[in-house]
Amino acid sequence: MRDKKKMQTIKVPGKNNKHKVLMYAISTCVWCKRAKKFLTENNIEYEYVDVDVCNREDRDKIREAILSRGGRLSYPTVIVDDRSLITGFNEGQLREVLEI
Amino acid sequence: MITLEKVRRRAESDAKSHGYFLNPDAESLKNLLEGLQKNEERYGYPSCPCRLASRKFEFDRDIICPCDYRDPDVQEYGYCYCALYVRKDVFEGKTSVLPIPERRPFQKQIRSYAASGEGVAEKPSEATTVVTEKPSKIILKMWYCKQCGYVCFREEPPYVCPICKAKREMFAEITIHSDNHK
Repeated sequence: MRDKKKMQTIKVPGKNNKHKVLMYAISTCVWCKRAKKFLTENNIEYEYVDVDVCNREDRDKIREAILSRGGRLSYPTVIVDDRSLITGFNEGQLREVLEI
Repeated sequence: MITLEKVRRRAESDAKSHGYFLNPDAESLKNLLEGLQKNEERYGYPSCPCRLASRKFEFDRDIICPCDYRDPDVQEYGYCYCALYVRKDVFEGKTSVLPIPERRPFQKQIRSYAASGEGVAEKPSEATTVVTEKPSKIILKMWYCKQCGYVCFREEPPYVCPICKAKREMFAEITIHSDNHK
C-alpha cells in the first residue's frame, strides 16, 4: 500500500544543511525561481514542491501546511525547520532565518 | 499551440495601450512569457505565472493576464504582482523590483484552491482555522461601467474599468445565479 503521508519533494543538495528548508513553489513563477536560485547560490540544502504540478493529495497537504502556520497561499512559501514560515521571496528574512 | 512570439506581442501591445512597459530584465521577461505560454497551453488561458490556477476559468478570471490587480499594483508599486508590466521609472531602472504583497483577496484564493479539487472533500486540519467555502456554486454577476457602458460577466467588478479607467465604485451589477460551473 502506498504511503499516503509522504509528500513527493525534490531535494537540492547543498553544503549548508544546518536547517531543514522546504519550499512550496509554482513551476512558472519568477519569484520562486529566484528563491531557488538564491538558496542554490548560497549552498543551502533544501527540498521543494512545485504545487502546480503535484498531485491533488499533496496539494491539499500543502494548503493545510501553509494555512495551519498562519501563511497565505502565495508562492514561494518557505518553511524553515518546520517552524518559521516566509511568504514570498524575502531575501532578508531568508538570510536571517538561515543565518547566512 | 501559441508561440512565445505571439505571447510577447500580445503583452507588448497591452503594455503600450496602457502606457506601461514590459519587465526590463531579459531573463525575467523570458521566464514570465514562457510561464504565460505554458499556462495557456495547459489551462487554455494565460493565467498569472506567479499564482496557482484552479484550472477552472470562472475561478481564475481575475488572474488571467493582464490580471484584475495589475493596474492598482502598477499604480502603487510601479509593477504588477509577477512584474511583467512595469511603470516607466521601473523600466528605466530608477525603481527596484522587489516582491509585493498579494492583492487578490484571501478568500478568493481559498475558494479557488478548493475549486481545483474536483470531487475531493474539503477537510481542513484541526489546526486550520480558515473555513473553506464550497466552490460548487458560483454567483456570477453582470457588471457594467456607469461611465462608459463597458460590460463584463464575473463574480466581482474589476478594480479599474479596462476601457475608461473608472474606479470599481463606478460599476453596477445585475446578479445571475448559475450552478455547477466546473
